[in-house]
Amino acid sequence: MFDKGKINEIVKERERWEKTTLPKWMTQRPERKSEFRNHSDTLIKQVYTPEDIKDMDYMRELGFPGEYPFTRGVHATMYRGRLWTMRQFSGYGTAEQTNQRFKYLLEEGETGLSIAFDYPTIRGYDSDHPFSQGEVGVCGVAISSLKDMEILLDGIPLDKVTTSMTINGPSAMLLGMYIAVGDKQGVSREKLGGTTQNDVLKEFFAQKLIIFPPKPSVKLVTDIIEYCTKHVSRWNPISISGYHIREAGANAVQELAFTLYDGITYVESCLERGMKVDDFAPRLSFFFAAHNDFFEEIAKFRAARRIWAKVMKERFHAKNPRSMWMRMHVQTAGFTLTAQQPINNIIRVTIQALSAVAAGTQSLHTNSFDEALALPSEEAVRIALRTQQIIAHESGAANTIDPLAGSYYVENLTNEMEKRTMEYFQKLDDMGGATPAIEKGFFQKEIADSAYKYQKEVDKRKQVLVGVNDYITEEKYPIKVLRVDPKVEKEQVARLQKLKRERNNRKVKQVLEKLHYATEKDENLMPTIIDAVKAYATIGEICDMLRKVYGEYKELIVI
Amino acid sequence: MQNERKIRVLIAKPGLDSHDRGAKIIARALRDAGMEVIYTGLRQTPEQIVETALQEDVDVIGLSILSGAHKTLFPRITELLKRRDLTDVLIVAGGIIPEEDVPEMKNLGIKQIFGPGTRTDEIVQFVLKNTTRRT
Repeated sequence: MFDKGKINEIVKERERWEKTTLPKWMTQRPERKSEFRNHSDTLIKQVYTPEDIKDMDYMRELGFPGEYPFTRGVHATMYRGRLWTMRQFSGYGTAEQTNQRFKYLLEEGETGLSIAFDYPTIRGYDSDHPFSQGEVGVCGVAISSLKDMEILLDGIPLDKVTTSMTINGPSAMLLGMYIAVGDKQGVSREKLGGTTQNDVLKEFFAQKLIIFPPKPSVKLVTDIIEYCTKHVSRWNPISISGYHIREAGANAVQELAFTLYDGITYVESCLERGMKVDDFAPRLSFFFAAHNDFFEEIAKFRAARRIWAKVMKERFHAKNPRSMWMRMHVQTAGFTLTAQQPINNIIRVTIQALSAVAAGTQSLHTNSFDEALALPSEEAVRIALRTQQIIAHESGAANTIDPLAGSYYVENLTNEMEKRTMEYFQKLDDMGGATPAIEKGFFQKEIADSAYKYQKEVDKRKQVLVGVNDYITEEKYPIKVLRVDPKVEKEQVARLQKLKRERNNRKVKQVLEKLHYATEKDENLMPTIIDAVKAYATIGEICDMLRKVYGEYKELIVI
Repeated sequence: MQNERKIRVLIAKPGLDSHDRGAKIIARALRDAGMEVIYTGLRQTPEQIVETALQEDVDVIGLSILSGAHKTLFPRITELLKRRDLTDVLIVAGGIIPEEDVPEMKNLGIKQIFGPGTRTDEIVQFVLKNTTRRT
């Protein structure tokens, strides 16, 4: 990128600066710390110059937006054409309540829905299962059957909105219900747009909301990808997620490396199934966290796009440029929210969101400032959405594409991220892939170590957290806590039990037997699951049938 | 005293949520402070937690919950502990537990609630000070 003679001149000048100017200042005004490091433990220099990116080839590593290697963005017009999708994750209580909140968010200018499910749903239990007590509708909406889904999506035109569903183990059932509601609304499957998270691998070592063992879990993921590729072509069948890996304690490099390696694993599984890479790869999508270190995060997002493009081209020989696109959703990191002086969280979220926008995300969720204390209140949710709108329309960040490209610092960090990610890839390849690494507890140990290290730094105040370990005030901010009425559980259980009495139970028995047969035959289960949910078989019943064949996963405990 | 047994702690995750970052950090911090730590893993029922506490003969139980189900699950745990005569065990809790629920939780016999942002050494000190050591 630079002329060799120029670089030599800069090197000479740097050496001179280090001998003359710098020492004078170091004695008069010494540095605050003996060394500066970011969250991934990269040593940060005083200043970056062309010397730090001297070997970089512009066209090879950066190129232009919408072109390989997509470092600068997957679209040629980026936000000058269309802003990112402002997608706020929400859901609580009954399907009716969440339906109301969806309608409110759409009126407020949100452009995509995002459904949070409660823990019983996520774990594949019905609302009336003993495990569900106290959890129904608490951290998301309770969906036990198609009946609940019909109420949840009532009055929402599925051909006009796109919907993201944060669901993994029971993805096939929830997608099946969404398709069934679309069928009822007269919306053809080709027109349904949205995403199922459906990334089971990270569950084993990060989020840990697991139902089945790794092998059948990946089989179900592959079933959904295969089915969507054929029949629901606008649907993103998977959102390969680093968010939870980061929240569980990983640093930025680990988040990047482990997420992309999971992606590689799914691609391999689809290829083994006999699918062609360019048929399914364009619909793979990704999900990352935006943490506190502004520049490190920007470097991470940019590196992610470049690495994925190279992986798809070089490792999997994709031909279609779309197969090389990394489209991403970003959520500001929930872990960074503090219970102390919660209003400060608005500022944290702003910085995090700005990093995602500066790095060209396709969609964004901004957290509400009160989430370290309770479920977000309506006011807090509105401020979070307004934060995105201010960034979009007032900050100027959306006026040009990849505005930090060419920053010696950001480019150097981006290269460093890529280098360290490739080292992890090598290590994981040597271990035989993601599943053996999970079974050995490799990811779990890496993440637990990083989490503990970070906490120790906070405890020792090597990492200052404003309002938590420094700048502490005693005053309490009055937070209006949104609480889920215990009546929600009673009503939901009553509705479910009524359904179980009144539906055609002979039909339910038939579809479940059909599913059992299809499972043992190792068929693609999507069509049978759609039939089952349409007969109002519940999530619990369908998952129990699969549990019988696949067994349940037992957590590998790594402290 | 040379033969004094180490403080035995059970770190437990009741409920269906899987936010175990905090629980694991606390487990490691207590272990680093010289205690014997048993971590249950995720998704434990109140019955399982109390059974483990009994089997492992622990002095301390640390409950970690972020799902919001504490108002349902904690009373069942403390009730079961009473029924099994585990009344001298120190019970502490952490996670996302709204301030206004704290008095109710303390009435159940939960000695302290550690919210987000608590330093690990603060928890270590609290446990050291408030544990009734058994022989």
